[in-house]
Amino acid sequence: MIVASRPGQCVLGAAALGIASMPLWASAWHMQLVSTALVAALFALSLQVLVGATGLVSLAQAGLFGLGAYTVHLLGSPPVWITLPAAMLAAGVAALLIGPLALRTKGFFFLMTTLAFGQMLFFAFHDTPLGGGTDGLFIVRPSLGFSVSRAERPAVFLLLNLSVLAIVYGGLCWLMSTMLGHALQGIRSNENRMAALGHNVQRLKLIAFVLAGALAGLAGHMSALTDAFVSPDLLGWHRSAEALLMILLGGIGALHGPILGAFALVAIQEAGSLLSDRPRLVEGVVFLAAVLFLRQGIAGWRLPWRARP
Amino acid sequence: MLTGLIAQLLNGVQYGLLLFLISSGLTLIFGVMGVINLAHGSLFMIGAYLAFGVASLTGSLWLALPVAVLGGAVFGAVLERLLFRRFRTRAHLDQVLLTFALILLFEEGRSTLAGNQFHSVPVPGVLDFSVPVIGGFGYSAYRLAVLVICLIVAAGLVWLIERTRVGSAIRAAAENTEMLNLLGFDAGRVHTMVFAGGTALAMLAGALAAPLQSVYPGMGDGFLILSFIVVVIGGLGSVAGAFWAALLVGLIDTLGKAYLPQAAGIAVCAMMAVVLLWRPTGLFSRT
Amino acid sequence: MHHVSRRAMLAGAALTAGLGRPAVAQGAPLKVGMMLPFSGTYAALGENIAAGFELLIAENDGKLGGRAVTLIRLDDESDPAKAPANVNRLTERDNVDVLLGTVHSGVVMALVQAAREKEIPLFIPNAGNVAATRDLCSPHVFRSSFSNWQPAYGMGRALAARGVKKAAWVTWDYAAGKESGEGFRDGLRDGGAEMTHLLTVPFPETNFQPVLAQISGLGVEAVGSFFAGGGAIQFVKDYAASGLRATIPLCGSGFLTEGVLKPQGAAAEGIQTALHYGDGLDNAKNVAFRTAFKAKTTRDADVYAVQGYDAGQMLAAGLTATKGDAAAAMAFAAAIRAARIDSPRGAFTLSASHNPIQTIWLREARDGQNKVIGIAAKDLADPGTGCKMAGA
Repeated sequence: MIVASRPGQCVLGAAALGIASMPLWASAWHMQLVSTALVAALFALSLQVLVGATGLVSLAQAGLFGLGAYTVHLLGSPPVWITLPAAMLAAGVAALLIGPLALRTKGFFFLMTTLAFGQMLFFAFHDTPLGGGTDGLFIVRPSLGFSVSRAERPAVFLLLNLSVLAIVYGGLCWLMSTMLGHALQGIRSNENRMAALGHNVQRLKLIAFVLAGALAGLAGHMSALTDAFVSPDLLGWHRSAEALLMILLGGIGALHGPILGAFALVAIQEAGSLLSDRPRLVEGVVFLAAVLFLRQGIAGWRLPWRARP
Repeated sequence: MLTGLIAQLLNGVQYGLLLFLISSGLTLIFGVMGVINLAHGSLFMIGAYLAFGVASLTGSLWLALPVAVLGGAVFGAVLERLLFRRFRTRAHLDQVLLTFALILLFEEGRSTLAGNQFHSVPVPGVLDFSVPVIGGFGYSAYRLAVLVICLIVAAGLVWLIERTRVGSAIRAAAENTEMLNLLGFDAGRVHTMVFAGGTALAMLAGALAAPLQSVYPGMGDGFLILSFIVVVIGGLGSVAGAFWAALLVGLIDTLGKAYLPQAAGIAVCAMMAVVLLWRPTGLFSRT
Repeated sequence: MHHVSRRAMLAGAALTAGLGRPAVAQGAPLKVGMMLPFSGTYAALGENIAAGFELLIAENDGKLGGRAVTLIRLDDESDPAKAPANVNRLTERDNVDVLLGTVHSGVVMALVQAAREKEIPLFIPNAGNVAATRDLCSPHVFRSSFSNWQPAYGMGRALAARGVKKAAWVTWDYAAGKESGEGFRDGLRDGGAEMTHLLTVPFPETNFQPVLAQISGLGVEAVGSFFAGGGAIQFVKDYAASGLRATIPLCGSGFLTEGVLKPQGAAAEGIQTALHYGDGLDNAKNVAFRTAFKAKTTRDADVYAVQGYDAGQMLAAGLTATKGDAAAAMAFAAAIRAARIDSPRGAFTLSASHNPIQTIWLREARDGQNKVIGIAAKDLADPGTGCKMAGA
């Protein structure tokens, strides 16, 4: 999996600056839309650690995302410096519990095992009073340590989500260049070879699974913080499939692929609802076209960005 | 207490048999072709809507059954030729996304053609009575009929797979596609046939279920996850395995909903996880 | 009344995008955002609510309080997860002055949240979550329909009045089901009887067999229930098929048989339910309303149409008093509180927590109609516990 080259990073950086400047010129609605895309990008990025880096296709990621979101509610909305690490911890621990079991399986069976665990988390919040029931509920936003007026809120959350995404992306870029990162990518290309070379493949996969889980929990936390709303649907396998689609749209072979894919999907959904009375039809057609024709994803179009292997 | 338990066992068996009908198609499709089809629940829904349409036009549900079977076979064959043939060798990720896209498209198609309301499908007049089962609780004669029909189909399928040449081709295809070609079968035709058959079974299940649970958007969602659970527990490609697994899942789900409703969903998924970890090839398969 | 198409909204949105919320001049049209289900299982309800509301506006020549009214439709798809974004579309992108919505209780919470935060009026034409007129009540939130507690309370009182001592409540495991269960329990208790069991089915399951098989062993004399739409159709049919109706009659909150009698067929015949509307109400307003609604839509009016129409009446009362200014929140709310709404269901006023104080009618399903046969509870107000508004 490639990490974007220098020119590529510059473009991403410029885009980030552009987004950071939105409070100066954009409407509240557009800032909220971009915030949604940033949280989705973080979620898809967490899944990319499994799919693009390690080659593990999991349907449990949404369960971990939702767990991170509900942690805010379950804790009673203490300040954010408690909820943020708590959400990551909760999701990470859940991944640590699920991981050793799920990773005993491979391929299709791994897909089904993660589906099973993801759905178990879904039912835990959907069928029991734990999550406030099927309708979901509004939560009090954790305090940020400084007061934010209603008018300032879209801008503050935009910058907050942008910062979190930038930090995580930067961290993952670095990680991919370390021994661990290379080992994970080695597993994706040929697991047996990695084992033959003496790597503890199971331990490496588990590390990836827990890291991905913690990041998914972080994304869920940011979602709860931004929307002040949680519902069991956040944990459903449909959401995991949507994240997979973002990765496919953006390019499975690039670390920044999920970011591009998330923005593309949010844009398509918004355009669909503006221009048509049947937005889900538009979404379905786009999915189908992407799977049929878009093997490399959006990232793959920009050939000059391909780093030398 | 005992009354309730017996009634729930009957419920569980009937639900399980309907689940078998849906899952048998899925296990064959995955076992033989190696294709994950998330849109299988939508096929169930299409069968139910088809039954509603035919029953509304002609007043007869019995007519809807052959229509669903034949329509399903044709639809399945077309889907296989146009789409799934190309995806047999692609990564699971692509298959998940393709069939997820199909779910959206089928839902929108249904919405355009049949609208979004709940529709009730009347039980056929001749079966519209209640059979007293035990202590004040009666069972709908139609439900008993569905139970019998499912058993007949199950027997027919097992006979087809185990005793006929076509069946041996399917079993061979499940194990090794190249061997199939060497034995003189056209692998492509076997695949089309299996996909057509699987689709027909799902649509038949939908048509039978229509009077039992009404026809509404998203009615296939619950069955989709359950049928994957059945396929995994029963073993990929094994019709007999799917039969016993479906009964097990149907009973656990029903008893769970009756006695511990908040745990029912979790329990069924946990069962799949346990099987995957302990006996990934399935509890009831031969290997 | 001015109906805005999607293309026009796109053009308008493009013009105002990035400019934030423009100052609304008195002469400019009042924008009402109708966030309702126009697709999915509740589509028929959404359409009837919208049609009832539009009828009221048309009867006033498209103007309320001297101001022209523009309607903006948004399909909420009954999806709570999309609700915050959908509400933002109406309030931030389309800059509506008034919100109308919705059917689904999970989605309405996003609307209530927005009304409280952005301080714009919200009229709820169906969703019955008690919270909207209890702990989350607000000067900006008004309801023209019911609270989940009310119809079920009526049913409980009616059962107790008939001499039933023990009854069970069967419903889906979600807010509307549980809140109506509490109403049923309170109604039975106030009538000297007892709700002994609460049985639930995970939402939105329609496999009722597990629950039905338990009923004969409960030792109850009647079963009350709350289901709506397709669930109601299936439950009534399954209940009849199980043979239970002979010994343990089925009744419930009116939604069990509202709008679904035709598909339910003979299985529903004779079932009694309690609701704030019914067939055969012969007050002059109802007769006129039903005629007008039929002429406008070629459909028969139902409780949803009435709720939409009355939401329009409430908006009219507020705007008339403030001469079209929807932002004069205190005067607006005071006028609606003081108003006596001449509704097709019978005239009503709002309680201090902004929920209708209304008569719950007892109806019986006969020949495809829910005929009003008596009164289950007269001038019933929702308790409004936890509402902190003055007078509540």
